[in-house]
Formats: sequence, C-alpha cells, structure tokens
Amino acid sequence: MTTQTMETARDTRTIQLADGDGWLTVCDRELLTPGRGVAALLPDGRQVALFVDRAGRAYAIDNRDPFTGAYVLSRGLVGSAEGRPFVASPLLKQRFDLETGACLDDDDVTVPVFPVRAD
Amino acid sequence: MPVSTPPTAPTAGVPTIVVVGHGMVGQRFLEALADRGLTAAQGTARIVVLCEEPRPAYDRVQLTSYFSGKTPEDLSLVEPGFIERHGIELRVGDPAESVDREARTVTARSGETFSYDTLVLATGSYPFVPPVPGKDAEGCFVYRTIEDLLAIEEYAKTAKTGAVVGGGLLGLEAAGALKGLGLDTHVVEFAPRLMPVQVDDGGGAALLRTIENMGLSVHTGVGTQEVTAGEDGRVDGMSLSDGSSLETDLVVFSAGVRPRDQLARDCGLAVGPRGGIIVDEECRTSDSDVFAIGECALASDGRVYGLVAPGYEMALAVAEVIAGNAASFTGADLSTKLKLLGVDVASFGDAHGTAEGCLDVVYADSRSGVYKKLVIGQDGTLLGGVLVGDADQYGTLRPMTGTVLPVAPEQLVLPAGAGGPVTLGPSSLPDEAVICSCHNVTKGAICEHTTLPEVKKCTKAGTGCGSCLKVIGQLLPQPEDQGLCGCFAYTRSELYEIVRTLGITTYADLLDSHGREAARGGDGCEVCKPTVGSVIASLAPTVGASGYVLDGEQAALQDTNDHFLANLQRNGSYSIVPRIPGGEITPEKLIVIGEVARDFGLYTKITGGQRIDLFGARVDQLPLIWTRLVDAGFESGHAYGKSLRTVKSCVGQTWCRYGVQDSVKMAIDLELRYRGLRSPHKLKSAVSGCARECAEARGKDFGIIATAQGWNLYVGGNGGATPRHADLLAQDLSDAELVRLIDRFLMFYIRTADRLERTSTWLDRIEGGLDHVRDVVVHDSLGLCDELERLMADHVAGYRDEWAETINDPERLRRFVTFVNAPDSPDPSVKFVPERDQVKPDLDILAGPVLAIRTLEGTSS
Repeated sequence: MTTQTMETARDTRTIQLADGDGWLTVCDRELLTPGRGVAALLPDGRQVALFVDRAGRAYAIDNRDPFTGAYVLSRGLVGSAEGRPFVASPLLKQRFDLETGACLDDDDVTVPVFPVRAD
Repeated sequence: MPVSTPPTAPTAGVPTIVVVGHGMVGQRFLEALADRGLTAAQGTARIVVLCEEPRPAYDRVQLTSYFSGKTPEDLSLVEPGFIERHGIELRVGDPAESVDREARTVTARSGETFSYDTLVLATGSYPFVPPVPGKDAEGCFVYRTIEDLLAIEEYAKTAKTGAVVGGGLLGLEAAGALKGLGLDTHVVEFAPRLMPVQVDDGGGAALLRTIENMGLSVHTGVGTQEVTAGEDGRVDGMSLSDGSSLETDLVVFSAGVRPRDQLARDCGLAVGPRGGIIVDEECRTSDSDVFAIGECALASDGRVYGLVAPGYEMALAVAEVIAGNAASFTGADLSTKLKLLGVDVASFGDAHGTAEGCLDVVYADSRSGVYKKLVIGQDGTLLGGVLVGDADQYGTLRPMTGTVLPVAPEQLVLPAGAGGPVTLGPSSLPDEAVICSCHNVTKGAICEHTTLPEVKKCTKAGTGCGSCLKVIGQLLPQPEDQGLCGCFAYTRSELYEIVRTLGITTYADLLDSHGREAARGGDGCEVCKPTVGSVIASLAPTVGASGYVLDGEQAALQDTNDHFLANLQRNGSYSIVPRIPGGEITPEKLIVIGEVARDFGLYTKITGGQRIDLFGARVDQLPLIWTRLVDAGFESGHAYGKSLRTVKSCVGQTWCRYGVQDSVKMAIDLELRYRGLRSPHKLKSAVSGCARECAEARGKDFGIIATAQGWNLYVGGNGGATPRHADLLAQDLSDAELVRLIDRFLMFYIRTADRLERTSTWLDRIEGGLDHVRDVVVHDSLGLCDELERLMADHVAGYRDEWAETINDPERLRRFVTFVNAPDSPDPSVKFVPERDQVKPDLDILAGPVLAIRTLEGTSS
C-alpha cells in the first residue's frame, strides 16, 4: 500500500455490508484470506465476522459465539459440507452455516447473518 | 383387610405386620416399610419384630471384622433412633415359637401372642453341622453370630490348635479368625478344592497355595469322621476319612448353611424337598398372608439365595407389595467379588462352565497365586468366569457377561508382558458408566446416537471440557471407511505418505487431487485443514514448502491458536508462553517477563512445564508484547501448536547431591533441537538426573532418566485424562545415541500416528505396540532409520522462530488487528476485573443481550 503500482497489482475490490438502503464499504477484498475470516466493527457497535471462501464468495455473520459469549467466530476455520459453507467456532468447535447462520450442531441456535457483497 | 385388636399397646384400626427375624434382611425390610410410610408413627401400620438374638440387626457379612477390632456396636445395622422414631415394637431376645395361621397369631418364647394381618418370615439360615460323632463335645462351635465369635474367642484362650470343617467362604473366614487368635489352624474340606461353590479346580489351586503360604494347613478331599474328646469332655482331635487324624483343641463347623424353615414347617406352610419356604414371585408363601424373605425362602426360580443382595431385593419387593404396588423377585445374579484373607476372589455368570459346548480360557500362575478363567460359549459369548488373586477386571467383565468379547479372551487373562492384558476400551464399559463427567452423560445415552454432532446436540456430552471426545468417538459406530473426515478417505498417516512422496505443498492441491470426489474444489473442513497444515509443516523443509506456518495458503489451514501464534482463552483474549528451555532462566529474563506482564496488565501463572504463561492479551497486543520478548532474547514456546511444548528437567548432577548426569543441559539441548516440530498432537518431554525421577519423565511422550552409564529413554507416557507411564525403549544410551533414537522415534510417530493421537494412544493402537516400534527405531527392521534421521536433520536445519519472523514482517503483522476496518480499536468485549491482585476475564459482558425486564406497571392487581 505504499506505491501506486502495488495498488494496481492487487485485487482492488472491496467487501461491503448492507447499511440501510445503501452499502457500507468495510475493507479491501484482499485483506481476506480465502478460508479465513476477519472481524469488522459496525457504526452501531455490533461486530461482524466476514469470510471469503475458496471460490471468492463473501459471507457475513455475527461475530459473537452464542455458546461462549465470546466475540470470536471470525477466527474460526471455514469449511464446506455438502456444498454449504460453514465456520467452526474456534472455542468449542460448533459449526455455523455461513449463509443462514444456523448452528449445524444445535437446532436451537442461530446467529444473525448480514447481507454482504464483494464488488 | 379386617383388623384385629392387638393384645398389647394398641395401634387401633391399622393392620399389624409381624416380622419374624431381625437379621440383615429383616432390618432392610423395616427400612423399606418406613420408606413407604408404613409405620406406627405414621399411623398406617403396627409393626412387631421378634428377634432371637440378644441384639438388633448387625452386619453378618462383616462378622470376621470383630476380630480385627470392630465392636458389636460398630457392626450394628440399625441407625440410632430408627426403631423408636418409627414406633416399631422390637422384641430382642424373644424369638417366635409358633404360628397359628387359623387364628393368625404368633406366639413368642416369652409367651406373648401377637395377632397379625401380614406375617413376614425372615428367619435366615442355620449352620449345617455334619452328623459326626462327637460334634457336640466341648470346644465345637459354629460361625454365624456375634455370640458364636465371643464363645470362640473365649475358648481359644486355652487352645493351641484349631480346625475348621469346611473350606468355603465362611470356613476360610473362620480359619483366618482362628489364625488371628494365634492358633495353629487347619482347614478340612470334603470337596477336592477350596471354595467349591465359587471357584473351579484351578482357582481352588491358586487359592490353596496362597493360603498355605499364610501358614494355614489345608486338607482337601477328606471328610470329618469323628470329633474325639478327652476324658474332660473337651475336644482333642479329629479323625478323617482318609484314615489320618488331626490333633486339635477346637473345632469350628462351617460346612454350609440351611434355610431356617422349622417355624414354617410347624405351621403347615409348604417347604421345598431340600428345605426353604416355598414362595412365589411376590415372595408370598402358600398362605397369602404370609411372606418369606432372605435365606429362609425358596425363591420362585427354585433357588435358596445365601447372599445378602438377593435377600435385600426380596425385602424391597415385599414392602412394595404390602404397600399395594406391583413388585416381584424372580432371581438374582450370584456373582461375587470379595477379599478373603487378603486374596481377591471373584466369580460371575456360569463360573463352572455348565453350558453345553462352552470352552474355558485359563491363565494360572501358581507361583503368584493368580488364576483367571473365562467361560466362552460356542459363539464367542462370555458366559462367566473365575478370578483369583487378581480380580481387577471383574468390574468390566461382569457387565459384559452375555456378550461377545471385543478382543480375544486370552488377551484378557494373560499378564502384562505376555501379550496382555488388554485393557478393554470404552466399548467394554457398562452402559451406566459416565463418559462425559461435565454433563454426567452415560455410555448408554451416548450410544443411542450415531454421530458426534448428534451426541453433542442431544446429550451435551463433549461440549464441556472436551476430554471425553476421544472416547465418544470410539463409542460411536465406526464408519467402514477410516478416512480422516468428510473430505478425505485417507487416514492422516496415508496423507503424510502422499504429501511426502508426491511433494505436495498445498492443501488445495491435496484436496483436489486426493480428496473425496464430492469434496474436491470445496473448502475442506475444520478437521482436515489443520491436519494437512501440520503434515505439510512437518515435511516443509523436505518437500520444499515454506517453514513458516502462516505463509500463503497455509495461513488459512491453521486453527486460531496457530494463526495468531498464541492460545485463545474463553473470553477471546490470548495467552503467551515464551520458550524457557529446560526451565532454566536468568534473572534478567525473568525480570523482562515480569515487566512485560506488568506493562500489558497480563495475568501470570507458572505452568506445569516449567514456563510462565501470560494471559489476557488482545490480538492487537500480541506483536507489541512479542517485540519486547524477542528483543530480550525470547522465542516462541509453541504452546499454541501441535508441536513440542517443553522439556522439563530437574536440577541434575550440577547441584543435586543425588544426580548422576547433567539433566538440565540435556533438556535444553533436546528442547532446542525439537522446538517448532509440528506433530499429530502436542509433544511433552522431561529429563531426570537420577532414578528419583523428580522431572516426572515417565509421564511424558518421551522421557529420559539418567543412569550412571548414560540415559534411559522412555516413550508413550501421558498425564491428562488417561494417564499412562512411559515404557522403556532403550537403556544406558550415550548422548549421541539418545538423540539419534529420539529423532527416529519422533519422526516415526509423526509419520504413522492419527490426527490428535498422543504417543500413548499411538503406542497402544499401533500393531505390534512397543515391540514393533522398538524394532523399527532401534533395530531398523523397516530400513527407515536413515530417512527418519534425515527428516529430523531437515527440521533442525530449517527451524526459524515464528515470532521473530512475524514481528519483522509488516505483511504478516497485518492480521493482528481486532477489526479489519478499525485497526486501532481494541476489542470492547475483552475486558478484565480484578482477582487476587491480578486480573481475570470479565465474563459478564459476554453474557449476551440483556432481556427487557417486565414491570408490574399496567397489570391489574
């Protein structure tokens, strides 16, 4: 991020979250490693876990692990099961569907999902 | 039910229950009545108990403990105040003499008569005395009551020799008692072996040797023909059926017991041809108002039970029936485990192998007095067994009776070192065994499910501390394919071979070329990603991958601990463990750690591995903290990795007056050699400077203990949830031999172990076990040793400190922010509160959204 040439050499797309009627740019796309997540802080103080899978699709769910209360889901490992992407909590390893927020290991638990796009 | 007016202190208007006998079973019956509210105190029943002995119920099973100092009061089974509290009319020393079933009355020896609505006979049994001449001479006793013991004790004061007739359970107890009273003691058993009911010939032989070694004289296969007495009428000897004779001053008859059914016979109740009051499944006699329980009853399965547990079951059943509920006693397990004269004796199931076509699997070592027999049915089912001298396996084997054993039965009876014994895995546990102690989930509950997620969801097992996950995995149905996960059909060791031989350096390549068809091109899963990451890291210098675990695609494979090179804690903060090789640290470095902890407000704790753990760092603080630590000469301790943790040491020869080698130096050398080595699970080690083993090396994956000649290497030790002492791999090694052998051992483990398989479980699982591993790494049976050594040499040469590399690379530092869009904002959820002069996580702020509290406003009152 020091010179112009480096900027252009990189993927310059951004990750955006729905914000009211518009989209809020969160970060550069290249800050996300496929298969890993990052956390983002929303203006209202909420924490979002952002992921990009191997195919380049972006996902956003709440960063709070409902089983422990810790804000760590962004630090879990991404995987796919039967074609559906999930993240496994780094604490006690429960898996959450990245598209629906549903916990795959406990029917009663769901985390919020956020509309997201990588343009 | 018609109610007659009782002749004594009236509890008018309620039925009267008369209990004849206040032994163990009688007392249990009274307790069961009280539990069901059937007492005078409750106004629901009048209860009269006629007790022959001069004292209330006591523990007859523990009778012999009187001789080891227990008083009769100690043996009492009646809790103080029990009788009074429940208004029970207990007549001690006043046995029932007769029953008039027509009039429904019982007359006691005192002459008093009691009307009953329900009569319960719990008269127990009496000792059988064989009808030999002289059996009533002075000095002949039976062994049944406290009074018998008091009399034996008194008479033994004038005796030198004692003989017990009967080599069964009670006979041996009596013999032990006589020996304890200082008598030369003989045991005379008519059967060809001791304890003929419980054990078979082999078990009897093992028992015989042990008991003879205690100084008792045993005569088996001979009967008592006569007890002889001197002119003073006192016993002076016995003549035996083989023509021999025995000089003795005292005789105890312990030749079995017989049901005490005379009272029942006299009043016309049906009794069995060989004694015992006939009862049905409700324990009702031929008169429906009369019950019989315990040793006096001939149960509906045609047996008289001489054990206390079935008697208790009968007592409970009858109390239930009287209370108006359904209950029955249809038979009981005769399994027993006891310690007899200090010898373990257990038998269970079909101990004598009476089933047609069954086979015995027997191990006998008469030198050590161990005898084990399993009775196996034609189809491989465990039918029963006998264990003498070592009955530790009783707990697992008895619940498995009736099932096909998971391993060859001979493996269960052989001693260690002879191919056994196999410690049965979790599949051998009874259903009621608790597997997850955090959530108190039993094996039975877990086995109702077929997958781990299902188990977690439905039972919560494995969601606490997680230490039971391995066992749960073993309990669940094993899929046909032993593949690592849903993405790979290969095991970890197969993947290791694929990566090594094909030189594959990325996870994506491996998944797309060797993954299951459906998983190719996908994102993998949380199981295979770190596993493959670890395999690639282990082989990195050899296959040409980057040795830095966070480079490129490897970064996405690592669990969060490896990703941030620190240990995630429950509130989302991390802990930091700098390497302190061998536990040796200078005061200057200690001060640095203290200053860093103080400046960043970290909680500090000394670890079990002789290091210092610093807790409570936020992600964004990790590089700052490590910059200070690296500057002071520290490097990563890899506490976050599946890799070498620490090589603990004692102070060794340098300071310790017992030490025979420099254990600290060896520990430091080993820790520096193997630091950073990625492996299937964490690796721990220790070096002790002498056989006193202060470093606890035998609890480690590889432990080294100094000898005067060099070093002994132990492998496969573990603490944790399944402790295991390490096994000796080789002894009296030089420094160079030791290092070379550890190189080979570790690389062979890394190559062949499953994911998250510690060396202890690996050694137990791998075919051939320790012997095979020794063949491979000591005798080079597979011709692998050169390669194993080369792989380790590659690792040692390729080692770089991950933290030094991280803080010196801005690109790598980018990940250490809490929020990608607000790098300067610390995580607001990571907060701390004070405790004992340090900090601890503030968990309140993690508790979740606060629910709105409904007030009473607007509600009508």
